[in-house]
Amino acid sequence: MSIILDHVNYIYSKGTSDEVKALDDVSFEIPDGDFLGLIGHTGSGKSTLVQHLDGLLKASSGSIYFNGEDIYDRDYDMKALRGKVGLVFQYPEHQLFEEDVFKDVCFGPKNLGLSQKDTELAAYRALKDVKLPDELFYVSPFELSGGQKRRVALAGVLAMKPEVLVLDEPTAGLDPEGRNEILGLIKELHDKQGITIVLVSHSMDDVAEYADHIVVMDKGKVFMNGTPKEIFSHASKLETIGLSAPGVTYIMRRLKRAGFDVDTTAITVKEAADSIIRAVNHA
Amino acid sequence: MLREITLGQYYQAESRLHRLDPRVKLAGTLIFIISLFISQKVACYAVATVFLICMIRLSKVPFGYMIKGMKAIAFIMLLTVAFNLFLTSGEKLVSFWVFTITKEGLKLAIFTAVRLAYLILGSTLMTLTTTPNDLTDGMEKGLGFLRLFRLPVHEIAMMMSIALRFIPILMEETDKIIKAQQARGADFESGGIIKRSKALVPILVPLFVSAFRRANDLAMAMEARCYHGGEGRTKMKPLIYKAWDIRAYIILACYLSLVILTAVISPI
Repeated sequence: MSIILDHVNYIYSKGTSDEVKALDDVSFEIPDGDFLGLIGHTGSGKSTLVQHLDGLLKASSGSIYFNGEDIYDRDYDMKALRGKVGLVFQYPEHQLFEEDVFKDVCFGPKNLGLSQKDTELAAYRALKDVKLPDELFYVSPFELSGGQKRRVALAGVLAMKPEVLVLDEPTAGLDPEGRNEILGLIKELHDKQGITIVLVSHSMDDVAEYADHIVVMDKGKVFMNGTPKEIFSHASKLETIGLSAPGVTYIMRRLKRAGFDVDTTAITVKEAADSIIRAVNHA
Repeated sequence: MLREITLGQYYQAESRLHRLDPRVKLAGTLIFIISLFISQKVACYAVATVFLICMIRLSKVPFGYMIKGMKAIAFIMLLTVAFNLFLTSGEKLVSFWVFTITKEGLKLAIFTAVRLAYLILGSTLMTLTTTPNDLTDGMEKGLGFLRLFRLPVHEIAMMMSIALRFIPILMEETDKIIKAQQARGADFESGGIIKRSKALVPILVPLFVSAFRRANDLAMAMEARCYHGGEGRTKMKPLIYKAWDIRAYIILACYLSLVILTAVISPI
């Protein structure tokens, strides 16, 4: 059970002067239970790619297989796919529209054809999952703070009980506290409920901290594909496309050069801290 | 899917037509429209056709791209043609059930269709080759004399340019919202008219919210940069006629005289 992209190409505005090849021969696999970090510059094709995962955009050529079935088959049930692959857009709070939070979260499961009871139960669970305080369930979504709105929007997708959750820069425009909250929630969904996560981000630190698997995109192509350690050990290669390794990796390298016996493959703050403590104790 | 609507959207290209002063293009469009209404003679339309084809070739906008944009108004054209075809009285040609097609009706229908198509092609040619900013600049300067009648020309031009500027932004926003709601399982394509209009609520509410938010941000940004209306405001790139603009005016004058001349002397 997985998502397989097989030579996917996508061209915007085909046949006009502003024709753009947004995806260029993209092939990779997202295994079940994966926590994939999708990184790349603005315009590298990340957002276009994730819109293919739940069939909102149709590839100009190539195929996508979800759980072994070609999603471009004529009798493939797109609506069911959209229930299984939950896509959270950038600034998802811009899609809120109902008079209260609870009704808004009900929108997704209701569209999937769940009964009133099941819909409400799913909405309640999703709101609990995103840790929204109970007293906010029946206020207008427009009265909430930025971070709360984002959590409600996330709940709106979670209520559809997706197997795969795709998030397009879920922390954009949030303060550090809101950012940690959202990323913590995503991590919890992955660890406790076994949801496959695809996290689009341009923060190397976030991806290094949370992802098990990284795909780097550049100019519509898959530039690198591997584990965080593998990817970030090639920092100079990342730098050629204007990306970089996490900040701590650079610190570790400088410490090493300064004569400390530290682990230069450390990519998270915790790993780095442990390694430094060990090196200091050793000395 | 909203990307498909190309009617009147600026098309980036390097052409003589793109470089013309917007005032010339505004005047040219007006003259072209007038020329279509001067006479109903076939010869006049032939002149207009040649002129339009030359202009389209000159603009370097692919013809297919222009036609694609016209699909959106095909229905209105069809309706007009049908009305003319069936509701004109005169010499009977064909008749079935309650419909009668007359010779006059057929002629009128063809003329109306051609005239409508040319009207639209002519005016889209202007918007395809002129950026919205240039267009409003041209209007502001070209209609500047209306200030004498206490008409707020600058304010109207500014409102127009903001409105035009917002069209692609809101279009993109709509596209995004539609996709976001589709990702939540929304269905806009099936069901009766009531179900379909209800399905618009999840698009319209976020769209209005975002439009107000953007308008508010824009007003704030304009005030922060001390915008205070048109009084004493100078332009970074003032519109000045160049040699080619003058030549274009001469060509336009020649075209209009040719159409008038044809209308007078041509038998059909």
